[in-house]
Amino acid sequence: MTYAAPGAPPAGLADGFISSLARLWSRVVTLCWVELRKIRHDRTELYTRAVQPALWLLIYGEVFTRVHAIPTPAGIPYLAYLAPGIMAQSALFIAIFYGIQIIWERDAGVLTKLMVTPTPRSALITGKAFASGVRSLVQGVMIVIIAALLGVSLTHNPLKLIGAALVLTVGSGFFSCLSMSIAGLVVARDRLMGIGQAITMPLFFSSSALYPASIMPGWLQVISKVNPLTYEVEALRSLLIGTATTLWLDATVLAGATVLSIACAALLLPRLANR
Amino acid sequence: MSVSAAPVTVTNAVDCVDLSYQFGTHLAVDHVNLSIAPGEMYGLLGPNGAGKTTTIRMLTTLLKPKTGAVRVFGIDATAHPMRVRRAIGYVPQALSADANLTGVENVELFARLFDVPRRLRRQRVADALEAMGLTEAAERLAGTYSGGMIRRLELAQSLISAPRLLVLDEPTVGLDPIARGVVWEYIARLRSEHQMTVLMTTHYMDEADSYCDRISLMHRGRVRVTGRPSSLRAELGEDATLDDVFRHYTGDTLDKTAEEGGIRDVRRARRTARRLG
Repeated sequence: MTYAAPGAPPAGLADGFISSLARLWSRVVTLCWVELRKIRHDRTELYTRAVQPALWLLIYGEVFTRVHAIPTPAGIPYLAYLAPGIMAQSALFIAIFYGIQIIWERDAGVLTKLMVTPTPRSALITGKAFASGVRSLVQGVMIVIIAALLGVSLTHNPLKLIGAALVLTVGSGFFSCLSMSIAGLVVARDRLMGIGQAITMPLFFSSSALYPASIMPGWLQVISKVNPLTYEVEALRSLLIGTATTLWLDATVLAGATVLSIACAALLLPRLANR
Repeated sequence: MSVSAAPVTVTNAVDCVDLSYQFGTHLAVDHVNLSIAPGEMYGLLGPNGAGKTTTIRMLTTLLKPKTGAVRVFGIDATAHPMRVRRAIGYVPQALSADANLTGVENVELFARLFDVPRRLRRQRVADALEAMGLTEAAERLAGTYSGGMIRRLELAQSLISAPRLLVLDEPTVGLDPIARGVVWEYIARLRSEHQMTVLMTTHYMDEADSYCDRISLMHRGRVRVTGRPSSLRAELGEDATLDDVFRHYTGDTLDKTAEEGGIRDVRRARRTARRLG
Protein backbone atom coordinates (compact mmCIF):
# COMPACT_ATOMS: atom_id res chain seq x y z
CA MET A 1 0.00 0.00 0.00
CA THR A 2 1.43 3.39 -0.91
CA TYR A 3 0.91 6.66 0.86
CA ALA A 4 -0.36 9.90 -0.55
CA ALA A 5 0.87 13.27 0.65
CA PRO A 6 -0.85 14.06 3.93
CA GLY A 7 -4.37 15.30 3.43
CA ALA A 8 -4.07 15.49 -0.32
CA PRO A 9 -7.22 14.61 -2.25
CA PRO A 10 -6.81 11.79 -4.77
CA ALA A 11 -5.92 12.74 -8.34
CA GLY A 12 -8.97 14.03 -10.17
CA LEU A 13 -10.69 15.21 -7.01
CA ALA A 14 -9.07 18.58 -6.45
CA ASP A 15 -11.17 21.10 -4.53
CA GLY A 16 -13.75 22.93 -6.59
CA PHE A 17 -17.42 23.02 -7.51
CA ILE A 18 -17.29 20.20 -10.05
CA SER A 19 -15.35 17.98 -7.67
CA SER A 20 -17.85 18.75 -4.91
CA LEU A 21 -20.65 17.58 -7.19
CA ALA A 22 -18.64 14.52 -8.18
CA ARG A 23 -18.06 13.75 -4.50
CA LEU A 24 -21.75 14.21 -3.70
CA TRP A 25 -22.67 11.82 -6.51
CA SER A 26 -20.03 9.33 -5.39
CA ARG A 27 -21.37 9.37 -1.79
CA VAL A 28 -24.97 8.97 -2.93
CA VAL A 29 -24.01 5.99 -5.10
CA THR A 30 -21.96 4.48 -2.27
CA LEU A 31 -24.67 4.75 0.37
CA CYS A 32 -27.29 3.42 -2.07
CA TRP A 33 -24.92 0.53 -2.83
CA VAL A 34 -24.71 -0.22 0.91
CA GLU A 35 -28.51 -0.24 1.18
CA LEU A 36 -28.84 -2.61 -1.78
CA ARG A 37 -26.23 -4.96 -0.30
CA LYS A 38 -28.13 -5.02 2.99
CA ILE A 39 -31.41 -5.76 1.22
CA ARG A 40 -29.66 -8.53 -0.68
CA HIS A 41 -28.35 -10.10 2.53
CA ASP A 42 -31.66 -9.96 4.35
CA ARG A 43 -34.90 -9.84 2.39
CA THR A 44 -37.16 -10.57 5.36
CA GLU A 45 -38.03 -6.91 5.86
CA LEU A 46 -38.90 -6.60 2.20
CA TYR A 47 -41.53 -9.34 2.46
CA THR A 48 -42.92 -8.36 5.86
CA ARG A 49 -43.26 -4.72 4.81
CA ALA A 50 -45.22 -5.80 1.73
CA VAL A 51 -48.00 -7.22 3.91
CA GLN A 52 -49.48 -3.90 4.99
CA PRO A 53 -49.79 -2.29 1.52
CA ALA A 54 -51.14 -5.58 0.21
CA LEU A 55 -53.88 -5.43 2.88
CA TRP A 56 -54.66 -1.79 2.07
CA LEU A 57 -55.11 -2.64 -1.60
CA LEU A 58 -56.78 -6.00 -1.09
CA ILE A 59 -59.21 -5.17 1.72
CA TYR A 60 -59.63 -1.39 1.91
CA GLY A 61 -59.28 -0.90 -1.85
CA GLU A 62 -61.63 -3.73 -2.83
CA VAL A 63 -64.29 -2.71 -0.30
CA PHE A 64 -64.30 0.97 -1.25
CA THR A 65 -64.35 0.06 -4.93
CA ARG A 66 -67.62 -1.80 -4.29
CA VAL A 67 -69.34 0.92 -2.25
CA HIS A 68 -68.39 3.68 -4.71
CA ALA A 69 -68.08 6.07 -1.73
CA ILE A 70 -65.05 7.98 -2.98
CA PRO A 71 -65.32 10.02 -6.17
CA THR A 72 -62.34 9.58 -8.50
CA PRO A 73 -61.35 11.88 -11.40
CA ALA A 74 -62.55 10.79 -14.85
CA GLY A 75 -64.12 7.66 -13.45
CA ILE A 76 -60.81 5.95 -12.76
CA PRO A 77 -61.36 2.68 -10.84
CA TYR A 78 -60.79 3.35 -7.14
CA LEU A 79 -58.17 0.59 -6.86
CA ALA A 80 -56.09 2.26 -9.58
CA TYR A 81 -56.59 5.64 -7.86
CA LEU A 82 -55.52 4.13 -4.55
CA ALA A 83 -52.38 2.24 -5.73
CA PRO A 84 -50.07 5.31 -6.10
CA GLY A 85 -51.33 6.55 -2.71
CA ILE A 86 -50.44 3.26 -1.06
CA MET A 87 -47.06 3.33 -2.78
CA ALA A 88 -46.36 6.77 -1.27
CA GLN A 89 -47.72 5.63 2.10
CA SER A 90 -45.47 2.59 2.12
CA ALA A 91 -42.44 4.78 1.32
CA LEU A 92 -43.49 7.19 4.08
CA PHE A 93 -43.71 4.39 6.65
CA ILE A 94 -40.17 3.26 5.77
CA ALA A 95 -38.65 6.74 5.64
CA ILE A 96 -40.23 8.26 8.72
CA PHE A 97 -38.40 5.79 10.95
CA TYR A 98 -35.08 6.13 9.11
CA GLY A 99 -33.84 8.36 11.92
CA ILE A 100 -33.87 5.32 14.19
CA GLN A 101 -31.25 3.77 11.97
CA ILE A 102 -29.03 6.83 12.23
CA ILE A 103 -29.39 6.82 16.04
CA TRP A 104 -28.43 3.15 15.96
CA GLU A 105 -25.41 4.04 13.83
CA ARG A 106 -24.50 6.75 16.35
CA ASP A 107 -24.71 4.22 19.21
CA ALA A 108 -22.62 1.72 17.26
CA GLY A 109 -19.92 4.28 16.42
CA VAL A 110 -20.63 3.92 12.69
CA LEU A 111 -21.81 7.52 12.38
CA THR A 112 -18.68 9.04 13.88
CA LYS A 113 -16.58 6.84 11.64
CA LEU A 114 -18.50 8.01 8.57
CA MET A 115 -18.11 11.61 9.70
CA VAL A 116 -14.34 11.22 9.88
CA THR A 117 -14.21 10.30 6.18
CA PRO A 118 -13.79 13.13 3.62
CA THR A 119 -17.55 13.38 3.23
CA PRO A 120 -19.31 16.71 3.81
CA ARG A 121 -22.25 16.45 6.23
CA SER A 122 -24.70 17.42 3.50
CA ALA A 123 -23.34 14.69 1.19
CA LEU A 124 -23.67 12.15 3.99
CA ILE A 125 -27.30 13.13 4.60
CA THR A 126 -28.09 13.22 0.86
CA GLY A 127 -26.57 9.77 0.52
CA LYS A 128 -28.65 8.49 3.42
CA ALA A 129 -31.79 10.10 1.97
CA PHE A 130 -31.29 8.39 -1.38
CA ALA A 131 -30.45 5.13 0.38
CA SER A 132 -33.83 5.33 2.08
CA GLY A 133 -35.27 6.05 -1.38
CA VAL A 134 -33.70 2.85 -2.70
CA ARG A 135 -35.45 0.85 0.00
CA SER A 136 -38.74 2.54 -0.80
CA LEU A 137 -38.20 1.91 -4.48
CA VAL A 138 -37.77 -1.81 -3.94
CA GLN A 139 -40.96 -1.67 -1.88
CA GLY A 140 -42.66 0.26 -4.69
CA VAL A 141 -41.84 -2.54 -7.13
CA MET A 142 -43.53 -5.02 -4.76
CA ILE A 143 -46.65 -2.82 -4.72
CA VAL A 144 -46.69 -2.56 -8.52
CA ILE A 145 -46.63 -6.37 -8.64
CA ILE A 146 -49.45 -6.67 -6.07
CA ALA A 147 -51.49 -4.02 -7.91
CA ALA A 148 -50.97 -5.84 -11.22
CA LEU A 149 -52.18 -9.08 -9.62
CA LEU A 150 -55.32 -7.22 -8.51
CA GLY A 151 -55.94 -6.10 -12.07
CA VAL A 152 -54.76 -2.51 -11.74
CA SER A 153 -53.39 -1.17 -14.99
CA LEU A 154 -50.49 1.24 -14.47
CA THR A 155 -48.54 2.95 -17.22
CA HIS A 156 -46.10 0.96 -19.34
CA ASN A 157 -44.30 4.06 -20.55
CA PRO A 158 -40.66 3.60 -19.41
CA LEU A 159 -40.06 7.34 -19.08
CA LYS A 160 -43.09 7.73 -16.83
CA LEU A 161 -42.01 4.72 -14.79
CA ILE A 162 -38.57 6.27 -14.34
CA GLY A 163 -40.26 9.55 -13.38
CA ALA A 164 -42.39 7.73 -10.79
CA ALA A 165 -39.28 6.02 -9.40
CA LEU A 166 -37.62 9.42 -9.06
CA VAL A 167 -40.66 10.93 -7.33
CA LEU A 168 -40.83 7.99 -4.92
CA THR A 169 -37.09 8.28 -4.19
CA VAL A 170 -37.18 12.05 -3.64
CA GLY A 171 -40.36 11.82 -1.52
CA SER A 172 -38.77 9.13 0.58
CA GLY A 173 -35.65 11.29 0.83
CA PHE A 174 -37.72 14.15 2.22
CA PHE A 175 -39.36 12.05 4.92
CA SER A 176 -36.11 10.31 5.86
CA CYS A 177 -34.45 13.73 6.27
CA LEU A 178 -37.40 14.86 8.37
CA SER A 179 -36.83 11.77 10.49
CA MET A 180 -33.07 12.40 10.72
CA SER A 181 -33.75 16.02 11.70
CA ILE A 182 -36.06 14.87 14.49
CA ALA A 183 -33.35 12.37 15.48
CA GLY A 184 -30.92 15.29 15.74
CA LEU A 185 -33.32 17.07 18.08
CA VAL A 186 -34.51 14.24 20.32
CA VAL A 187 -31.30 12.12 20.06
CA ALA A 188 -32.97 9.06 21.65
CA ARG A 189 -34.46 6.14 19.77
CA ASP A 190 -37.60 5.66 21.88
CA ARG A 191 -38.50 9.36 21.65
CA LEU A 192 -38.11 9.29 17.88
CA MET A 193 -40.24 6.14 17.71
CA GLY A 194 -43.01 7.94 19.63
CA ILE A 195 -42.85 11.05 17.45
CA GLY A 196 -42.74 8.95 14.29
CA GLN A 197 -45.85 7.08 15.33
CA ALA A 198 -47.58 10.34 16.26
CA ILE A 199 -46.99 12.03 12.89
CA THR A 200 -47.26 9.15 10.42
CA MET A 201 -51.04 8.74 10.42
CA PRO A 202 -51.80 12.50 10.40
CA LEU A 203 -49.46 12.87 7.41
CA PHE A 204 -51.17 9.97 5.68
CA PHE A 205 -54.80 10.94 6.35
CA SER A 206 -54.25 14.63 5.59
CA SER A 207 -52.80 13.81 2.17
CA SER A 208 -54.71 12.78 -0.91
CA ALA A 209 -53.45 9.19 -0.68
CA LEU A 210 -56.89 7.71 0.07
CA TYR A 211 -59.32 10.33 -1.22
CA PRO A 212 -59.19 13.53 -3.26
CA ALA A 213 -58.57 16.75 -1.33
CA SER A 214 -61.81 18.15 -2.79
CA ILE A 215 -63.95 16.01 -0.47
CA MET A 216 -62.00 17.01 2.67
CA PRO A 217 -63.38 19.59 5.08
CA GLY A 218 -61.90 23.07 4.55
CA TRP A 219 -59.44 22.95 7.45
CA LEU A 220 -58.11 19.58 6.30
CA GLN A 221 -57.69 20.88 2.75
CA VAL A 222 -55.39 23.59 4.13
CA ILE A 223 -53.28 20.98 5.90
CA SER A 224 -53.31 18.83 2.78
CA LYS A 225 -51.92 21.74 0.77
CA VAL A 226 -48.86 22.04 3.01
CA ASN A 227 -48.34 18.29 3.31
CA PRO A 228 -45.51 17.15 0.99
CA LEU A 229 -47.08 13.68 0.86
CA THR A 230 -49.98 15.17 -1.14
CA TYR A 231 -47.57 16.43 -3.80
CA GLU A 232 -45.80 13.07 -3.91
CA VAL A 233 -49.11 11.19 -4.30
CA GLU A 234 -50.38 13.56 -7.00
CA ALA A 235 -47.12 13.32 -8.95
CA LEU A 236 -47.22 9.51 -8.76
CA ARG A 237 -50.86 9.45 -9.90
CA SER A 238 -50.09 11.74 -12.79
CA LEU A 239 -47.22 9.51 -13.93
CA LEU A 240 -48.68 6.08 -13.20
CA ILE A 241 -52.38 6.41 -14.03
CA GLY A 242 -52.42 9.64 -16.04
CA THR A 243 -54.56 11.85 -13.83
CA ALA A 244 -54.49 15.51 -14.82
CA THR A 245 -52.35 17.28 -12.24
CA THR A 246 -49.74 19.99 -12.15
CA LEU A 247 -46.79 17.60 -12.30
CA TRP A 248 -44.14 20.31 -12.44
CA LEU A 249 -45.57 22.06 -9.39
CA ASP A 250 -45.72 18.74 -7.51
CA ALA A 251 -42.14 17.89 -8.48
CA THR A 252 -40.85 21.38 -7.62
CA VAL A 253 -42.51 21.44 -4.19
CA LEU A 254 -41.20 17.96 -3.44
CA ALA A 255 -37.66 18.75 -4.59
CA GLY A 256 -37.63 22.07 -2.72
CA ALA A 257 -38.88 20.44 0.49
CA THR A 258 -36.23 17.72 0.13
CA VAL A 259 -33.38 20.21 -0.31
CA LEU A 260 -34.56 22.12 2.77
CA SER A 261 -34.86 18.96 4.83
CA ILE A 262 -31.36 17.84 3.76
CA ALA A 263 -29.96 21.19 4.93
CA CYS A 264 -31.85 20.89 8.22
CA ALA A 265 -30.72 17.31 8.89
CA ALA A 266 -27.11 18.14 7.96
CA LEU A 267 -27.18 21.04 10.39
CA LEU A 268 -28.42 18.81 13.21
CA LEU A 269 -26.11 15.88 12.44
CA PRO A 270 -23.17 17.00 14.63
CA ARG A 271 -25.58 17.45 17.55
CA LEU A 272 -26.62 13.81 17.17
CA ALA A 273 -23.10 12.49 16.61
CA ASN A 274 -21.55 14.22 19.59
CA ARG A 275 -24.08 13.06 22.19
CA MET B 1 6.53 17.56 36.61
CA SER B 2 8.31 15.58 33.94
CA VAL B 3 7.65 16.84 30.45
CA SER B 4 9.56 15.64 27.43
CA ALA B 5 8.89 17.30 24.12
CA ALA B 6 8.47 15.44 20.86
CA PRO B 7 11.70 15.00 18.94
CA VAL B 8 12.40 18.03 16.79
CA THR B 9 11.01 17.43 13.28
CA VAL B 10 10.07 19.57 10.33
CA THR B 11 6.37 18.92 10.86
CA ASN B 12 4.85 17.12 13.79
CA ALA B 13 2.18 14.52 13.09
CA VAL B 14 -0.06 16.21 15.65
CA ASP B 15 0.11 19.56 17.40
CA CYS B 16 -2.55 20.52 19.93
CA VAL B 17 -2.03 24.07 21.13
CA ASP B 18 -3.89 25.37 24.16
CA LEU B 19 -6.87 23.19 23.29
CA SER B 20 -10.11 23.57 25.27
CA TYR B 21 -13.65 22.30 24.97
CA GLN B 22 -16.64 22.92 27.16
CA PHE B 23 -19.96 21.03 27.38
CA GLY B 24 -22.31 23.55 28.94
CA THR B 25 -20.56 24.53 32.15
CA HIS B 26 -18.34 21.45 32.21
CA LEU B 27 -14.82 22.07 30.94
CA ALA B 28 -14.07 18.68 29.37
CA VAL B 29 -10.69 19.64 27.89
CA ASP B 30 -8.74 22.33 29.67
CA HIS B 31 -5.91 24.05 27.75
CA VAL B 32 -4.25 20.88 26.50
CA ASN B 33 -0.90 21.02 24.69
CA LEU B 34 0.38 17.95 22.85
CA SER B 35 3.00 17.29 20.19
CA ILE B 36 3.36 13.93 18.49
CA ALA B 37 6.28 13.21 16.20
CA PRO B 38 5.83 11.30 12.93
CA GLY B 39 6.12 7.56 13.50
CA GLU B 40 5.48 7.73 17.22
CA MET B 41 3.12 5.44 19.11
CA TYR B 42 1.52 7.86 21.51
CA GLY B 43 -0.87 7.04 24.34
CA LEU B 44 -3.42 9.35 25.87
CA LEU B 45 -4.21 7.83 29.24
CA GLY B 46 -6.72 8.55 31.90
CA PRO B 47 -9.97 7.40 33.48
CA ASN B 48 -13.45 7.89 32.06
CA GLY B 49 -14.28 11.58 31.90
CA ALA B 50 -10.63 12.63 31.74
CA GLY B 51 -11.16 14.34 28.37
CA LYS B 52 -9.39 11.82 26.14
CA THR B 53 -12.29 11.15 23.80
CA THR B 54 -13.17 14.86 23.53
CA THR B 55 -9.54 15.59 22.60
CA ILE B 56 -9.67 12.84 19.97
CA ARG B 57 -12.96 14.23 18.65
CA MET B 58 -11.38 17.64 18.12
CA LEU B 59 -8.40 16.04 16.46
CA THR B 60 -10.58 14.04 14.09
CA THR B 61 -12.68 17.15 13.20
CA LEU B 62 -15.82 15.85 14.90
CA LEU B 63 -15.77 18.80 17.31
CA LYS B 64 -14.50 22.32 16.79
CA PRO B 65 -12.24 23.52 19.61
CA LYS B 66 -13.68 26.35 21.72
CA THR B 67 -10.17 27.72 22.08
CA GLY B 68 -6.78 26.69 20.78
CA ALA B 69 -5.84 24.81 17.62
CA VAL B 70 -5.23 21.30 16.32
CA ARG B 71 -2.85 20.65 13.45
CA VAL B 72 -2.36 17.29 11.80
CA PHE B 73 0.82 17.16 9.73
CA GLY B 74 0.71 20.94 9.79
CA ILE B 75 -2.89 21.15 8.52
CA ASP B 76 -5.28 23.13 10.67
CA ALA B 77 -8.19 20.82 11.57
CA THR B 78 -10.71 23.67 11.91
CA ALA B 79 -9.78 25.43 8.68
CA HIS B 80 -9.27 22.32 6.53
CA PRO B 81 -11.26 19.43 8.02
CA MET B 82 -11.47 17.51 4.72
CA ARG B 83 -7.70 17.50 4.28
CA VAL B 84 -7.21 16.32 7.86
CA ARG B 85 -9.75 13.54 7.36
CA ARG B 86 -7.79 12.31 4.34
CA ALA B 87 -4.67 12.05 6.47
CA ILE B 88 -6.15 9.99 9.31
CA GLY B 89 -7.59 6.57 9.93
CA TYR B 90 -9.96 6.39 12.86
CA VAL B 91 -11.20 3.48 14.95
CA PRO B 92 -13.86 4.55 17.46
CA GLN B 93 -14.38 3.11 20.91
CA ALA B 94 -17.49 1.07 20.06
CA LEU B 95 -17.25 -2.04 17.87
CA SER B 96 -18.53 -0.26 14.83
CA ALA B 97 -18.38 -2.56 11.81
CA ASP B 98 -21.73 -2.94 10.06
CA ALA B 99 -23.08 -6.33 11.10
CA ASN B 100 -25.32 -6.51 8.02
CA LEU B 101 -22.45 -6.28 5.55
CA THR B 102 -19.69 -8.79 4.84
CA GLY B 103 -16.07 -8.10 5.76
CA VAL B 104 -15.26 -7.21 2.15
CA GLU B 105 -18.25 -4.87 1.90
CA ASN B 106 -17.36 -3.16 5.17
CA VAL B 107 -13.90 -2.36 3.88
CA GLU B 108 -15.10 -1.50 0.36
CA LEU B 109 -17.51 1.04 1.84
CA PHE B 110 -14.57 2.97 3.25
CA ALA B 111 -12.55 2.55 0.06
CA ARG B 112 -15.40 4.28 -1.77
CA LEU B 113 -15.77 6.99 0.88
CA PHE B 114 -12.06 7.75 0.63
CA ASP B 115 -12.26 7.91 -3.18
CA VAL B 116 -9.93 4.99 -3.79
CA PRO B 117 -10.00 4.70 -7.61
CA ARG B 118 -12.12 1.83 -8.88
CA ARG B 119 -9.18 0.13 -10.65
CA LEU B 120 -7.28 -0.09 -7.36
CA ARG B 121 -10.20 -0.71 -5.05
CA ARG B 122 -10.50 -4.49 -5.17
CA GLN B 123 -6.78 -5.04 -4.61
CA ARG B 124 -6.61 -2.46 -1.81
CA VAL B 125 -9.57 -4.10 -0.03
CA ALA B 126 -8.00 -7.54 -0.38
CA ASP B 127 -4.64 -6.22 0.87
CA ALA B 128 -6.20 -4.53 3.91
CA LEU B 129 -8.13 -7.67 4.84
CA GLU B 130 -5.06 -9.82 4.36
CA ALA B 131 -2.96 -7.48 6.50
CA MET B 132 -5.47 -8.01 9.31
CA GLY B 133 -5.66 -11.79 8.82
CA LEU B 134 -9.27 -11.72 7.68
CA THR B 135 -9.02 -13.11 4.15
CA GLU B 136 -10.80 -16.36 5.01
CA ALA B 137 -13.65 -14.58 6.80
CA ALA B 138 -13.94 -11.83 4.19
CA GLU B 139 -17.17 -13.05 2.61
CA ARG B 140 -18.94 -13.65 5.93
CA LEU B 141 -21.32 -11.11 7.45
CA ALA B 142 -19.53 -9.04 10.10
CA GLY B 143 -22.36 -9.95 12.48
CA THR B 144 -20.84 -13.43 12.70
CA TYR B 145 -17.37 -12.12 13.71
CA SER B 146 -15.92 -12.26 17.23
CA GLY B 147 -15.08 -9.00 19.05
CA GLY B 148 -11.39 -9.31 18.18
CA MET B 149 -12.16 -9.98 14.51
CA ILE B 150 -14.45 -6.92 14.36
CA ARG B 151 -11.66 -4.79 15.79
CA ARG B 152 -9.29 -6.11 13.13
CA LEU B 153 -11.94 -5.44 10.48
CA GLU B 154 -12.15 -1.85 11.71
CA LEU B 155 -8.39 -1.56 11.47
CA ALA B 156 -8.66 -2.83 7.88
CA GLN B 157 -11.29 -0.15 7.22
CA SER B 158 -9.06 2.55 8.64
CA LEU B 159 -6.09 1.32 6.59
CA ILE B 160 -7.82 1.52 3.26
CA SER B 161 -6.99 5.20 2.76
CA ALA B 162 -3.31 4.58 3.57
CA PRO B 163 -3.44 7.05 6.47
CA ARG B 164 -0.38 8.76 7.93
CA LEU B 165 -1.96 8.94 11.36
CA LEU B 166 -3.98 6.16 12.93
CA VAL B 167 -6.27 7.28 15.77
CA LEU B 168 -7.52 4.52 18.04
CA ASP B 169 -10.03 5.33 20.75
CA GLU B 170 -9.81 2.57 23.38
CA PRO B 171 -8.87 -0.08 20.79
CA THR B 172 -9.04 -3.06 23.12
CA VAL B 173 -11.89 -2.12 25.43
CA GLY B 174 -14.38 -4.97 25.83
CA LEU B 175 -12.05 -7.59 24.34
CA ASP B 176 -10.82 -10.69 26.17
CA PRO B 177 -7.09 -10.84 26.98
CA ILE B 178 -6.27 -13.11 24.03
CA ALA B 179 -8.11 -10.88 21.54
CA ARG B 180 -6.42 -7.83 23.07
CA GLY B 181 -3.01 -9.41 22.51
CA VAL B 182 -3.83 -10.26 18.90
CA VAL B 183 -5.13 -6.74 18.17
CA TRP B 184 -1.97 -5.19 19.62
CA GLU B 185 0.16 -7.53 17.55
CA TYR B 186 -1.54 -6.25 14.40
CA ILE B 187 -1.27 -2.60 15.45
CA ALA B 188 2.43 -2.99 16.18
CA ARG B 189 2.98 -4.71 12.84
CA LEU B 190 1.16 -1.93 10.99
CA ARG B 191 3.23 0.67 12.65
CA SER B 192 6.55 -1.00 11.90
CA GLU B 193 5.68 -1.88 8.29
CA HIS B 194 4.23 1.50 7.32
CA GLN B 195 6.00 3.92 9.70
CA MET B 196 2.54 5.07 10.69
CA THR B 197 1.99 7.47 13.56
CA VAL B 198 -0.41 5.98 16.09
CA LEU B 199 -2.36 7.94 18.66
CA MET B 200 -4.43 5.87 21.03
CA THR B 201 -6.45 6.41 24.15
CA THR B 202 -6.69 3.75 26.78
CA HIS B 203 -7.22 3.26 30.44
CA TYR B 204 -5.24 0.01 30.44
CA MET B 205 -1.93 1.18 31.91
CA ASP B 206 -0.20 -2.13 31.16
CA GLU B 207 -0.91 -1.79 27.43
CA ALA B 208 0.37 1.76 27.35
CA ASP B 209 3.50 0.67 29.19
CA SER B 210 4.20 -2.10 26.71
CA TYR B 211 3.38 -0.44 23.40
CA CYS B 212 3.65 3.36 23.62
CA ASP B 213 6.79 5.39 22.94
CA ARG B 214 5.38 8.28 24.93
CA ILE B 215 2.25 8.88 26.94
CA SER B 216 0.30 11.78 28.37
CA LEU B 217 -1.72 11.29 31.51
CA MET B 218 -4.99 13.19 31.45
CA HIS B 219 -7.12 13.92 34.47
CA ARG B 220 -10.16 16.18 34.75
CA GLY B 221 -9.56 17.65 31.30
CA ARG B 222 -5.89 18.49 31.77
CA VAL B 223 -2.63 16.84 30.79
CA ARG B 224 -0.86 16.16 34.07
CA VAL B 225 2.36 14.70 32.71
CA THR B 226 3.96 13.63 29.43
CA GLY B 227 6.92 11.36 28.90
CA ARG B 228 8.26 7.90 28.11
CA PRO B 229 6.58 5.24 30.27
CA SER B 230 9.93 3.91 31.45
CA SER B 231 11.19 7.40 32.38
CA LEU B 232 8.00 8.26 34.25
CA ARG B 233 8.19 5.03 36.22
CA ALA B 234 11.90 5.45 36.90
CA GLU B 235 11.30 8.87 38.40
CA LEU B 236 9.16 7.27 41.10
CA GLY B 237 11.41 4.33 41.92
CA GLU B 238 12.48 0.94 40.76
CA ASP B 239 9.22 -0.96 41.22
CA ALA B 240 6.85 1.84 40.30
CA THR B 241 4.05 1.13 37.84
CA LEU B 242 2.13 3.53 35.61
CA ASP B 243 -0.71 3.31 38.14
CA ASP B 244 1.73 4.72 40.69
CA VAL B 245 2.69 7.46 38.24
CA PHE B 246 -0.97 8.32 37.75
CA ARG B 247 -1.56 8.42 41.51
CA HIS B 248 1.52 10.55 41.99
CA TYR B 249 0.49 13.21 39.49
CA THR B 250 -3.20 13.30 40.21
CA GLY B 251 -3.33 12.46 43.91
CA ASP B 252 -6.05 10.00 42.95
CA THR B 253 -6.42 6.34 42.10
CA LEU B 254 -7.46 5.20 38.68
CA ASP B 255 -10.24 3.01 40.12
CA LYS B 256 -11.72 5.89 42.05
CA THR B 257 -11.58 8.37 39.20
CA ALA B 258 -12.95 5.78 36.79
CA GLU B 259 -16.08 5.72 38.91
CA GLU B 260 -16.42 9.46 38.48
CA GLY B 261 -16.95 9.33 34.70
CA GLY B 262 -19.51 11.94 33.69
CA ILE B 263 -23.09 11.36 32.69
CA ARG B 264 -22.00 11.19 29.04
CA ASP B 265 -19.84 8.15 29.83
CA VAL B 266 -22.69 6.51 31.69
CA ARG B 267 -25.05 7.19 28.80
CA ARG B 268 -22.57 5.82 26.30
CA ALA B 269 -21.95 2.72 28.41
CA ARG B 270 -25.70 2.11 28.72
CA ARG B 271 -26.20 2.45 24.99
CA THR B 272 -23.40 -0.02 24.30
CA ALA B 273 -24.84 -2.44 26.84
CA ARG B 274 -28.29 -2.20 25.20
CA ARG B 275 -26.84 -2.72 21.76
CA LEU B 276 -24.83 -5.75 22.76
CA GLY B 277 -27.78 -7.19 24.69
